[in-house]
Amino acid sequence: MGDVEASSANPKRAQGRLCSICGEKRPALKRPKTLEEICRECFYNVFEDEIHKVIVENNLFKCGERVAIGASGGKDSTVLAYVLSELNRRHSYGLDLFLLSVDEGITGYRDDSLETVKRNEIQYGLPLKIVSYKDLYGWTMDEIVKAIGLKNNCTFCGVFRRQALDRGAALLKADKLVTGHNADDIAETVLLNILRGDIARLSRCTYITTGEDGPIPRCKPFKYTYEKEIVMYAYFKKLDYFSTECIYSPNAYRGFAREFIKDLERIRPRAILDIIRSGENFRISTFTRMPEQGTCKRCGYISSQKLCKACLLLEGLNRGLPKLGIGRTKGHNGVNKDDEQQKISHSREKGSSLQSKQCGTLDF
Amino acid sequence: MASCGGTCDFNCGSKEVEEETRERVGRISLAAASAAANAARCSKCGDGDAREGCNGACTACFRAYLFGKFKLAVTSNAMIAPTDNLLVAFSGGPASRVALQFIHEMQSKLVKSWDASNSQALPVFGVGVAFIDESIFSLKQSHEIEKAIENVQLIVSSISSVYKGIHIKPIENICSSDSKDGRSRLSELLDMITDNTGKEDFLQYLRMLSLQKIALENGYSKLILGSCTSAIACHVISATVKGQGYSLPADVHYVDTRWEVPVVLPLRDCLAQELSLLCHLDSLKTQQLLDRPSAGINGLVSSFVTRLREENPSRERTIVRTAEKLKPFCFNKFSANGYHDFLPSRLRPKFQNADNSDSVLSEVLCPICGSPLSEIELHNMRSTEGEARTRAEIFFTHCCQSCCFQILPNGAAAYEKFFSLLPQLMMRRVKDGMLANRSQLREEIKDYLLDDQDDDT
Repeated sequence: MGDVEASSANPKRAQGRLCSICGEKRPALKRPKTLEEICRECFYNVFEDEIHKVIVENNLFKCGERVAIGASGGKDSTVLAYVLSELNRRHSYGLDLFLLSVDEGITGYRDDSLETVKRNEIQYGLPLKIVSYKDLYGWTMDEIVKAIGLKNNCTFCGVFRRQALDRGAALLKADKLVTGHNADDIAETVLLNILRGDIARLSRCTYITTGEDGPIPRCKPFKYTYEKEIVMYAYFKKLDYFSTECIYSPNAYRGFAREFIKDLERIRPRAILDIIRSGENFRISTFTRMPEQGTCKRCGYISSQKLCKACLLLEGLNRGLPKLGIGRTKGHNGVNKDDEQQKISHSREKGSSLQSKQCGTLDF
Repeated sequence: MASCGGTCDFNCGSKEVEEETRERVGRISLAAASAAANAARCSKCGDGDAREGCNGACTACFRAYLFGKFKLAVTSNAMIAPTDNLLVAFSGGPASRVALQFIHEMQSKLVKSWDASNSQALPVFGVGVAFIDESIFSLKQSHEIEKAIENVQLIVSSISSVYKGIHIKPIENICSSDSKDGRSRLSELLDMITDNTGKEDFLQYLRMLSLQKIALENGYSKLILGSCTSAIACHVISATVKGQGYSLPADVHYVDTRWEVPVVLPLRDCLAQELSLLCHLDSLKTQQLLDRPSAGINGLVSSFVTRLREENPSRERTIVRTAEKLKPFCFNKFSANGYHDFLPSRLRPKFQNADNSDSVLSEVLCPICGSPLSEIELHNMRSTEGEARTRAEIFFTHCCQSCCFQILPNGAAAYEKFFSLLPQLMMRRVKDGMLANRSQLREEIKDYLLDDQDDDT
């Protein structure tokens, strides 16, 4: 089907030409990264081989590790799950893979995408674990939006998701967590950090593995993989993925920077890789002050402040002060001791909302 | 009783209070009215009329604010020494026009005080102006171009007639001293560069080379560029996009001594908008010669930065500040022995302490763009250098990844041709180092060499 479609869309080009890699078959596509015209099989091969190379060169995994794949049901994570299980088999990585999903509790979006992940569980034969905001924090995103409106809701969702993935991975005793961040995402982050002047994040954002000193390192095998190629792979392989944007922020990914990167890619495809290379090579002085890493006093999660961001946001939610923790905070999280004491006793009385967040049982 | 506004529930119902409140409200509204009238006054001196776009300041204060920034940049980086002979690169645009104006003002003030002083101990720096004529790329008619160049001359001579020189040189002169030959060589060279962005960047490098040549030939000791915050912000983003993250800090600091004639950027802290506004307010004449919009990646980046500025006017400053936090290179300050001797003794330690730290480090520079090579690029260079046979090949192994991609042609034959067309000054950047190295090595091992066959240098 792909062949027919590609050639009918581009009849002049495809006619009489052969795949520039194998030189045998008719090309079915123009590779977004290099603009080479290649056939489908060669595309699968180069796509998978590149990811394999990235995994091997960067020593992302060790034999026998339990690896959680952060699965949202979207294209990136679906392709990641498929390719990783394929490579694990082909190159005998010896990994114990499973899918880990976060249920934010967004009706009409996450419930549907989770159905996709559940189908993937069967299709790829990977066990699936779903952790929900409701269980972890006592709130669903629907409830949060009802409480605070559509402003800043993404801050809550982002902070909570990051922790939820770590907690889910810890529950399942995973050694590593892989996410589907692709080259476009990373290039965008590099640019945003330059625009914001955030030198600490600028130095970290191009690492392929982060949090190695923490309990569960995260890695991004798609660091050098173009978003367009991921879509192409999913399309030709007819992978089952969910492609609707979150109902609460339909335009979340269409910022200036994203648009700029798409324009750049049109002029010079390798610009995305160049941005990542720039990000890796920035001369960041060792004297640059980096935030000190500690642990959250309440839940034990890694945090540079007294309380981790999730606990702070949650506190705001539970006390009806949704602005707490939004925007810049310096030093003391804006929570004083008395408040904290009061809150803890309060939650004990209620015995409800915060308890789910008490994670003494999780070994952080 | 003090009025407590409408929110207080203490005694506020009484008539007396009501009256008092009304009176107070009246006073406030009067004050507000006079504040509105005052809004047109300068927020700094309170005297002059505030101008639009000057952050509420009057023309004089706005001017003083920009000059203050310029002066601070000059003094805090020991940019200009009394013995210097400065060459101001004038493009005809507002930024370099302001640079020219400010340098002139600084000089005339110093000359005045020099005349007045008894000792006349410290000399006053000299100033010259360079204009690179890029009319070969202009679509304008020849008479228009002639007029434009005349205008440039007029602008410079109107500032001061005492200037030692104005140097107007066509850009093709860098390729050959003969103008016609230079023209054909330059267009041939540019035709070989297929990438539009690469072409534009290459021209930029040639412009710098031309300025260096003028400065060297005429005995100037420093080159002053009008690069402003906005231009540097664009450069930060475009260098990132071109994969030049490693060498980026080299171009964003006030001082750059990697060239034979050091380059300084005294307007680094001023925005392009501010500079154009100043030109407008002070009726400083500018002369735009090139009408060609920048293409490719540079054009895209500048429209991106414009959009960002519209969304947040201080974005350009943030971008430059980010780049400033990156570690500078050893050539981003003056480190020659005795350079800071002209400074008052209380300021000297500040510069001298900084000097001793890492002045030993030396960087290998790309012969085309002059950016320092990253570790990976150095590694690649060393591994391919041995295989290079011809001078052209050796030259190209020294180029940075970005130049390799967007400027160098493909294929060995094209390499040779491209190399043969390059300006001598650019070619020499590699040859000197390489030959010195090889002959040095040969000297070391000559006792063990049996014949002279391999002497291919």
